[in-house]
Amino acid sequence: MVSDPPRAPSRGPRASRSESRLDELREEAARRGAVEGGGVRAVGSPLPQDVATVGYYGHPVVKPPVWTWEVPLYFFVGGLAGMAAVIGLAAYAARQSPLLMLDALRLAALGAVISPLLLILDLGRPSRFLNMLRVFKHRSPMSVGVWTLVLFDGAALAGWALLEWFDRVTFWLGPDASRFALKLALLFAAVLGAVLATYTGVLLGATAIPAWASHRALLPFHFGLAGLGSAAAVLELMGHRLPALWLIGTAVAGTETCIGFWVELRRGGIADRVLHRGLAAWTLRVAGFLAGPAALVLRLEGPTTAAAICFLLGALISRYGWVAAGRASARDAEAALAG
Amino acid sequence: MPGNAARARRTVGFFTDPTLCIGCKACEVACKEWNQLPDDGFTWLGTSYDQTGQLGGSTWRHVKFVEADTARGAQLAGPMVGGDGAEDPFGWIFLSDVCKHCEEAGCLEACPTGSIVRTEVGSVFVQDDVCNGCGYCVVSCPFGVIDRRPKPQPGAGGAFKCTFCYDRQADGLTPACAKVCPTGSILFGPLDELHVQAEGRLATLRERGYDDAQIYDPRDTSVQGIHAFFLLLGEPERYGLPPSPKAPTAHLPVAWAAAAWTSMLLLAGTIAAFQLW
Repeated sequence: MVSDPPRAPSRGPRASRSESRLDELREEAARRGAVEGGGVRAVGSPLPQDVATVGYYGHPVVKPPVWTWEVPLYFFVGGLAGMAAVIGLAAYAARQSPLLMLDALRLAALGAVISPLLLILDLGRPSRFLNMLRVFKHRSPMSVGVWTLVLFDGAALAGWALLEWFDRVTFWLGPDASRFALKLALLFAAVLGAVLATYTGVLLGATAIPAWASHRALLPFHFGLAGLGSAAAVLELMGHRLPALWLIGTAVAGTETCIGFWVELRRGGIADRVLHRGLAAWTLRVAGFLAGPAALVLRLEGPTTAAAICFLLGALISRYGWVAAGRASARDAEAALAG
Repeated sequence: MPGNAARARRTVGFFTDPTLCIGCKACEVACKEWNQLPDDGFTWLGTSYDQTGQLGGSTWRHVKFVEADTARGAQLAGPMVGGDGAEDPFGWIFLSDVCKHCEEAGCLEACPTGSIVRTEVGSVFVQDDVCNGCGYCVVSCPFGVIDRRPKPQPGAGGAFKCTFCYDRQADGLTPACAKVCPTGSILFGPLDELHVQAEGRLATLRERGYDDAQIYDPRDTSVQGIHAFFLLLGEPERYGLPPSPKAPTAHLPVAWAAAAWTSMLLLAGTIAAFQLW
């Protein structure tokens, strides 16, 4: 009788008993200095790790933003809606395109509905959104921004409703009163809209996050400009091909090109190095390319539709890029310690 | 702690002295137990005896284990002498970190709901029943203290940090961490008295040859001083403390000026574009 070849020990109930599992554990231990295992915990002594040269074992000094996808999208939508109201006022003042004015106010009103929803969705406790309206704190950009948004919502929705049903309003209020109401609503929507599009830059700039704070003067300008370009681009996609919109689109794309070069060439030291390397930096570079040179060249040489889409993509990605840069910057202990 | 500071409306503080700390973490345990905070997990982080990592929504005291090795850099705890009389190049020091209760508090200023307030003892306090979890305080703290508590922890979604044991202070009791500290490394008391004590301790340490001893209380920065201050051996960076922290409110004038100029420029520019063309 031929004896059985020596058998490998039974694998037992735990599938993890294998040489590759041991290799995996060894790698994890080498990499992390600790091992997370089923029911096993290293006790008795700490596993030393190479001492980081920066700070306390290289641990982050400031906390990264807890915001999720809604907030960068809100920056985009709010900026677009706010600047659409600015275009609405400009079209009204020029008295040249009532249809453009109506579409601009429609955009503003739509953004006025979507923006608060995005903001509420991001809250840790959405049911308490109204708590933001129990106080006004001028030293809190979040507080100023929320109040701006609420007032803008009122003005934009009023302006849109007045325009949409102007005949009926005139019938009820008379021509003078209805025209005055429209003017007032458009003016308020435009001024509040401009603040809505720029305050988000203050919101990021006035924080403890090094990369944001070091660009506190750029961000409001950058975001406001992107908002204006986005509003013009959407109006163009809706079929409005006015020279004024083309001029705005060209000027904005040109300025965004300059901003892109400026951010790239300005070496703000340790504080903004996350803008020069890593995923966030490349996100911002792609966004800057789309909203800057690409949109500009397409506008001058190619179809306006392509230029508009290109700019919108760039403006949207840029907001995500800046929030990602904030996250990366918060992880950079050296930047926070250099302060 | 003499008398009831809350009733007397007297500004109180913590003075944390790492040269007296033995790294027992009793302050962490007392804080967790008194304030009913979820644990941080019990895995070693590979950073000395630190199992806590960082301050956060459920971690309001954090004992840092700062190791120093002459082969690598500055000696923090002074030369250690081993059993055989030979000098051991290894030194370490423990620091129980906590919310600094800043004079100009970034979190308090940033809070849009008015949930974060200054109490009658000068501390910075989060009213959990008001906080709506917007998360703006999280990025506004120059020390990375406050954080939003994730699911499934109790109170998830809200921002939490050290309360300075406001509930205990209201009853004239010492905060839990200071009460359990076995070596007097965490002192609690009227802020002005603590500063006098700290100066005395600093002089003693200097006399004993700790030339790099210093008080960490960034009064000359926009933070304008902290109510929970520290004595340090060596540079603050080694403890993960920014040497010149900035209150984010210091950035407001420049940022708002940029927003105002941009708003005016874009309004005027857009109107001009439509007028010209």
